[in-house]
Amino acid sequence: MIEVKALSKSFKVAKRDNGMFSTLKSFINPQFTTVNALTDVSFNISEGEIVGYIGPNGAGKSTTIKIISGILLPDSGTCKILNRIPWENRKEHVKNIGVVFGQRSQLWWDVPVIDSFNLLKDIYSIEKQSYNEMLDLLSISLNLTELLKTPVRQLSLGQRMRCEIAASLLHSPKILFLDEPTIGLDAVSKIEVRNFIKTINKEKKTTVILTTHDMNDIEALAKRIILIGKGKVLQDGNLSQLKSKYITRKTVCIDHNPIDTIPKIENTELVEFTRERTIFDVDLSKTNVSKVISSASEYVEIKDISVDSRPIEELIVELYKEYSI
Amino acid sequence: MKQYFSFFKMSMSKGLQYRIAALAGVATQFFFGFTFIMIFEAFYRSSNTPQPISIEQLIQFVWLQQSFLLFVMLWFRDMEIFDKITTGNIAYELCRPTDIYSYWYARLLAQRLSGALLRCFPILIITAFLPAPYGLSFPPTIVHFILFIITLTLGLIIIVAISMLIYISVFYTLSPTGSLLIVSVLGEFLSGLIIPVPLMPPMLKKIVYFFPFRYTSDLPFRIYVGNIDINEATISIFIQLAWIFILIMFGKWWIKRALKKVVVQGG
Repeated sequence: MIEVKALSKSFKVAKRDNGMFSTLKSFINPQFTTVNALTDVSFNISEGEIVGYIGPNGAGKSTTIKIISGILLPDSGTCKILNRIPWENRKEHVKNIGVVFGQRSQLWWDVPVIDSFNLLKDIYSIEKQSYNEMLDLLSISLNLTELLKTPVRQLSLGQRMRCEIAASLLHSPKILFLDEPTIGLDAVSKIEVRNFIKTINKEKKTTVILTTHDMNDIEALAKRIILIGKGKVLQDGNLSQLKSKYITRKTVCIDHNPIDTIPKIENTELVEFTRERTIFDVDLSKTNVSKVISSASEYVEIKDISVDSRPIEELIVELYKEYSI
Repeated sequence: MKQYFSFFKMSMSKGLQYRIAALAGVATQFFFGFTFIMIFEAFYRSSNTPQPISIEQLIQFVWLQQSFLLFVMLWFRDMEIFDKITTGNIAYELCRPTDIYSYWYARLLAQRLSGALLRCFPILIITAFLPAPYGLSFPPTIVHFILFIITLTLGLIIIVAISMLIYISVFYTLSPTGSLLIVSVLGEFLSGLIIPVPLMPPMLKKIVYFFPFRYTSDLPFRIYVGNIDINEATISIFIQLAWIFILIMFGKWWIKRALKKVVVQGG
């Protein structure tokens, strides 16, 4: 469905030092450096997948999205989406895709939301019936009914973002690119948006590519992640495999009856000890959690146990470190 | 086609919201109209040689110019489009099945049309009641009037096509100031908005006739006041059509080139 092969893109960036003199110098002799935004990026995505496209700031996430949505021209490489090359036939290509740029707005600022929607209906020449059906589905699942008649300038960020997402889906695209869709949303709206993405993925078989810095988005939605850094694909794989590869330690926190001696358990490190609580760091390559618990129960009378694995954020940080990006 | 009509409708209804701006515009136009008339009157009184356009015709010319200012002014601009290019919000426009040139064209056309519709009637009606020679009267014949309407409409199409070029240039310069300044200063002079074309020396007149600018304002207004005869007016319509063809073709070619190397600014 989406085939990306060896995409490369570089930008010329004007550089100058601060200060009056450098400003003058660059006026006469401007200096440019070339930044390789993407180098040899390849991946395939099949229908109905939700892929998390992650990487630190400036890694080339948005550039990729812009190229595959036909906005930018790559320097080299090819890319086929639904058997079409995006930049060769932009107008045909964009009929099948929906894009949400989290930090930009596609709604007309000073007219009610519904006017923007109606305009989009004409832009994409959507049939009246399917438009109404889609609008109903969107207003129910994104909770928009109240918002439709409000001018966009009077919406809050979260409200606007829900309308933005709806606007990108009115024409029932087969592929949806979400570039930081949950930026600036509160917890409730985030969950609403996530649930909605899940729903359309399930019901309409919409393929979703999601870039975000919110790892909860990734965990809630994406089965597969593509990690990109400095313009290169570093990891492409199943989220759970990645987790088992990188999450090698867990924390076990045990609440127990008051004791005075520190319990000793093999292959663990003690993180914290008070009379009523002990926390271990467990090395999963040498032992497992149930062994730790059973040997702990020999020392103390256990009242409560909680097991935490490292948050996915830390995993990402580790990945970034590993690839030194 | 339907989508461009919708863009047009949307911009029209947006433009018609700004009633207070239009009212202020009407007041400004009267101020400028009277100022110009005073200057020209002083000029005509100080000279005994007959001028190529009579003071009565010139006064009417001034009022028409003030009424349809938004049809002829090059500095009239849509900041939103400039912002879209410089901030990269154009990204959204580019992922629609829309021809950007036609979309912006429809939008700019609607803005000028809605603005002018709000402004022209109060000015036209009030000046029609002003005592002669300071008022606006009817054109010499109905044919003049019809030719005026045709050339004014074609002139509007030309001016939007010219202003499109300013917008496209921003893809390269990232700041509208330069292109706007150059085009509006030169363009206004060459349209005869500063010195009426009939009062220009013959050499300058030749230069002015060579550019498209005078076909947006000088031509229709002078047809209305009867300073251009029907023969010349008919020929000028064909020149207008040729300019429309050239300007739109060039604009479309240029925007295509610009979009190929477009850098969507800002993340």
